[in-house]
Amino acid sequence: MTMLDQSSAASETPLLDVRDVVQRYTLPRESLFKPAAQVHALNGVTAQVRAGKSLGVVGESGSGKSTFARVLMALERPSSGSVSLLGRDLNQLPADELRRARRDFQMVFQDPYGSLDPRQTIARIVAEPLTALGRIDRGALRERVAAVLRQVGLRDADMDKFPHEFSGGQRQRIAIARALITQPKLIVADEPVSALDVSVQAQVLNLMQDLQDQFGLSYILISHDLAVVDLLCDEIAVMYLGRVVEQGRPEDLFAHGAHPYTRALLDAVPRARAGSGRRRRGAQAIASQSSGTTGCPYASRCALADPHCRATAPALRKVGPGHLAACHYAEAVMALPPVAAEGG
Amino acid sequence: MTVTDTPMIEVSDLGIRLNTSRGPAQAVRGVSFALKRGETLGLVGESGCGKSITALALMGLLPDSAVVSGSVRLDGSELVGLSDANYCKLRGNRISMIFQEPMTALNPMHTIGRQVAEPLRRHTGCSAAEARKEAIALLDRVGLPDAGKRVDAYPHQFSGGQRQRITIAMALACQPDVLIADEPTTALDVTIQGQILDLIADLVEERGMSMILISHDLGVIAENVQRMMVMYGGTVIESGETNAVFTRMGHPYTQGLFRARPRLGAPKGTRLTTIAGTVPELADLPAGCTFADRCAIVEARCRAALPDVVDVGVAHGVRCLRTDVSMATPIGAGT
Repeated sequence: MTMLDQSSAASETPLLDVRDVVQRYTLPRESLFKPAAQVHALNGVTAQVRAGKSLGVVGESGSGKSTFARVLMALERPSSGSVSLLGRDLNQLPADELRRARRDFQMVFQDPYGSLDPRQTIARIVAEPLTALGRIDRGALRERVAAVLRQVGLRDADMDKFPHEFSGGQRQRIAIARALITQPKLIVADEPVSALDVSVQAQVLNLMQDLQDQFGLSYILISHDLAVVDLLCDEIAVMYLGRVVEQGRPEDLFAHGAHPYTRALLDAVPRARAGSGRRRRGAQAIASQSSGTTGCPYASRCALADPHCRATAPALRKVGPGHLAACHYAEAVMALPPVAAEGG
Repeated sequence: MTVTDTPMIEVSDLGIRLNTSRGPAQAVRGVSFALKRGETLGLVGESGCGKSITALALMGLLPDSAVVSGSVRLDGSELVGLSDANYCKLRGNRISMIFQEPMTALNPMHTIGRQVAEPLRRHTGCSAAEARKEAIALLDRVGLPDAGKRVDAYPHQFSGGQRQRITIAMALACQPDVLIADEPTTALDVTIQGQILDLIADLVEERGMSMILISHDLGVIAENVQRMMVMYGGTVIESGETNAVFTRMGHPYTQGLFRARPRLGAPKGTRLTTIAGTVPELADLPAGCTFADRCAIVEARCRAALPDVVDVGVAHGVRCLRTDVSMATPIGAGT
């Protein structure tokens, strides 16, 4: 697969360098005499993130975005390919070095109810990444916890409370505080606001923006909500069945999306405006993740697909500055009128 | 589509009192609306605003300890105070509901064919064979591929979108007059969401049902219903024709919700306009306007009593004392 931006990637080591990552899962055997079927959750994903920049990953369920997050966090070893943070391949590090390296990359999960242990105090929950790294003086630890709680807009006094005493938005702040306490360079956030109400979602998104400005953090933001990703990220990767089908700056994707799937995703977002009325969408078949299909994986849903698409899978290629797409007809797709932005 | 003058469902001054762990709470106050055949109404609000409780009250599914006041009339007959046995004859028959989570709304132990046929067997007294035939036809109508072959499959063999199609087939089995869809697409991908909403809209039109669509997503509401009500703290704080509300929003909360959404294609670095504070607990709602504690233009009189609804346009009402200030600069998105 093509490199994102050859020149700039060569001049400095990117914060995160993901090369051709493949992740296969074996399905339960259906017959004694046939080999077990495999699911290709990730099918050769390459991405770089420079320090202080953020990458958004969008796609439908089953597109591989959460697998991507787990592989980035070194919670799973990929079937092939490499994930390097600051030039070190995470999957080659010995276990105790990997543990120390985790200081630099932390994760925020989707469900703020499930991701905080209900029987631990906030102080213990937030301090855990630090205590896991080594022994620290209790007083210094509490001071550090108080500092991060203030950074995410909570009070020192919240330290000795339990998770059930907080609302969903506050819990997500606690989860962010826990990720921040090791002063990471990268935070991987898997659907961080999708469980929150709209008014609270805005508060958490603003907080994430502030923290990025303040600490020069990078985010890998995984979301099904294009507007959320657009708000926080410098670059967006659109995934479909384990592949990146389009990647580029948000404005490029919106103004002249080069992959029909990106356009379909954008078009499907309901528009909050008067006179929207009902827009008809064409029926779309749901594609399968199992191996063995040739041609473009999106061909069965694509209005522009022709026999060439069904026979030959398109490679991810450069279609503009910092803009990649995996479509034989990317140029034609880019020439189509842009998908209407949302008014208001 | 036939539109008659008498409303299919008429709710007046609905109030619901619940016993919560923190004592009794007035979950819903003064909700009124009427829907004729073929009309659609959207309920918007955040969690805890009372929209789902309102739906459960219409379905007669509130816990026994709940106290319901006011009136709910289905085609002229009163439902509040109806005995459980009589409610059972209506539920799934004349009034039915599509739930948010298709994973939990279906019973994993029964085939989908049996579940779709169940309301038919229960309410129409048709034979097992007839019900099965009808179930296949329904599954076919909601766009389940190979309905004839897959009727004996179990819910886990289907994807989320397909499961939601199955629950829609269940809800429609007896040709109900009123359909309540409670966040029917929240658990689904955005592309599948579009297909499911299209399907519901087609069926509402085809069968002349009245539909109540509940959603937290202003976009879903804008595209799918004729009229809408915005709920906050158990009261309707703004209601009207969907186009009128979106053209010019009147209540500070509606405006806040609208501005808090991240918008596609907004310039980089835009900060979202947040609503300060959090949704209040039902057990300790403020005395006056339920939004007072979070409102930027609150005055002393707002806290005195629940404000009355003010007409700010044709069929557009706002429960706010300060619409002169809130509506001074237009907020909304016109055509």
